[in-house]
Amino acid sequence: MSAATEAAVGGRRPAPRIRRGLRLAVSQGQFLTVLAGVFLILMLLMIVQDGAGTAGNEVWRGLVLGAIYALIAVGYTLVYGIIELINFAHGDVFTLSAFYSIFLAGIPGVQEGFFKRFFGFDINHLAGSSPGGLVLALLIIFPISMILAGLTGVLIERVAYRRLRNAPRLAPLITAVGVSFLLEGIMFAFFVPPAPPGQPGLGTPGAAYPTGEDGWIPTTHVLFNIGGSHGVVIGANDAMVIVIALVAMFALAGFIRYSRTGKAMRASAQNRDAAQLCGININRTISATFFLGSALAAVGGVVYAMHYHTITWNQGYQFGLIAFTAAVLGGIGNIVGAGIGGFLIGLVEAFTVTLIPNGGSWALIVVFAVLILVLTLQPTGLLGMRVPDRA
Amino acid sequence: MALLEVDAVDVFYGRVRALQGVSIEVDEGEIVALIGSNGAGKTTTLRTISGLVRPARGAVRLAGKPIHTMGAEQIARMGIGHAPEGRRLFPRMTVQENLDMGAYSRRDGAKVKHDFAWVYSLFPRLAERRRQLAGSLSGGEQQMVAIGRALMSRPRVLLLDEPSLGLAPILVDAIFDVIREINGEGTTILLIEQNALIALHTAARAYVLETGSVTLSGPASELLASADVQRAYLGM
Ligand SMILES: Nc1ncnc2c1ncn2[C@@H]1O[C@H](COP(=O)(O)OP(=O)(O)OP(=O)(O)O)[C@@H](O)[C@H]1O
Ligand SMILES: [Mg+2]
Repeated sequence: MSAATEAAVGGRRPAPRIRRGLRLAVSQGQFLTVLAGVFLILMLLMIVQDGAGTAGNEVWRGLVLGAIYALIAVGYTLVYGIIELINFAHGDVFTLSAFYSIFLAGIPGVQEGFFKRFFGFDINHLAGSSPGGLVLALLIIFPISMILAGLTGVLIERVAYRRLRNAPRLAPLITAVGVSFLLEGIMFAFFVPPAPPGQPGLGTPGAAYPTGEDGWIPTTHVLFNIGGSHGVVIGANDAMVIVIALVAMFALAGFIRYSRTGKAMRASAQNRDAAQLCGININRTISATFFLGSALAAVGGVVYAMHYHTITWNQGYQFGLIAFTAAVLGGIGNIVGAGIGGFLIGLVEAFTVTLIPNGGSWALIVVFAVLILVLTLQPTGLLGMRVPDRA
Repeated sequence: MALLEVDAVDVFYGRVRALQGVSIEVDEGEIVALIGSNGAGKTTTLRTISGLVRPARGAVRLAGKPIHTMGAEQIARMGIGHAPEGRRLFPRMTVQENLDMGAYSRRDGAKVKHDFAWVYSLFPRLAERRRQLAGSLSGGEQQMVAIGRALMSRPRVLLLDEPSLGLAPILVDAIFDVIREINGEGTTILLIEQNALIALHTAARAYVLETGSVTLSGPASELLASADVQRAYLGM
């Protein structure tokens, strides 16, 4: 039937989109209840098994990791929301931004940072000198790393995705995988210890890049200790990760809600033609989206480099997939959902590690089982769209 | 010189030609109607004017200035407001936010405030529902938001694509009253309408489009009297 006759028959309204995957799909309320119940039971199991102190520490560790997942997940959800692309390179932008921060700050006793080498200004020293110095160091490293990562994201979109915007869905998806490999290759070339003499190849596969004993900022300081020597220990470094992540995500949510660019992003995501008719420049808006998503991933990357002892050139692949799961769990396209999803997935990992013998090696399996379950039971996730799309 | 000129425009969708040598002129302060059967190319004409579709040949000029090479967002800023076919609202934004997006490229905050009041006075229904999500409005209310949003840019030319589509007869009359009111306040209007009778009673002049070409044009009163138009579009 031609478009013209279809219109004549009155087929103007698009057929209602099927939003639920399977017959066993559940309502959002049921889904939330079940989820909360499962988490509570697992938590209790942990406490029974390991005692409140250990359980608390594991949960806390899960939340720290979850904060990083959340920061990455936001970028997936932003980009998906506006161009319906799963940006597979996003996880690698996260890794790259961790390297950016190390490049800027240096590692105590291992490597001089950019500022030390070119301006004689030692950021590590500044960070270790006093609390005020630490804050100042963060105020230098975070914005610069975020801007570098943001520009990386903008460049990726410009080079690899823009021309494919009206191509079949599969084309940019494949390019995205390609960009991911490209970035990992670049990081492998630059950030892996060189191959031993006589061996072929650029570097030693599997080798990780050290970020120093304490990450690049020495903050082993214990902030709170709840319940004495067997209680929950909250390190300053950990607390900082979560606080920074929350601040960054709330700032982003506010930006998207209230700023002009944020409104343009939402409008473009909901109806691209109409956004243009309102005078919104789509290309610029999409660039802004990539910038913001990548900058948030950079917050995760910098925090990661501060907190963990090594960075591996290809860790973005795994982090990216896990964060993507978080975005789906929260309801892809929904920023708050991505944040919550990130923390939940962090908890899922914590449960896996403590409740399953040798759980560390099960963590990925469990996370992806969660992805599959969400996709079949509740494809719209925790906070997926609940508004009828009649417009 | 006409305020809006579509000059011998050809438009293709892939290899299919949708418009062939279409020329339309709209003078400042006029209401001009575009009528024609389904698939004639009416929507395509408006989308070409607002830059969502590029002409293969020909030109579109606003106040003598060629605009067909500009991006749609630039054309919108030049002063063309477009309430598109199928409304195209931002469904997960409120009525107020949708209208606000219409004023996106304006910097004159005080006047924007005044125009909110104006649009809400044209459509009191919207004032009651300003906090409601646009996606949950009724079809008629959505149409009001679409028109209101286009008005919020304070366009020099307002393009309306079937403003009466799906509305109850009483609401159709109300919408056309509003269209006359908007025009009375100085906005030039080019509108598409399936209901040729009401279109020809509202517009000063009209064009008839058939399979991508203009086949008839002239003062609305003459078209109303034309035997061809009466047979094909007025069901007489
Ligand atoms: N995106 C598109 N791709 C391919 N062909 C299209 C597209 N849009 C419109 N057409 C074709 O172009 C022709 C003109 O379509 P247009 O939408 O301009 O008609 P119309 O006069 O507005 O019709 P209606 O009264 O049904 O809205 C039709 O034959 C239609 O099938
Ligand atoms: Mg049409």
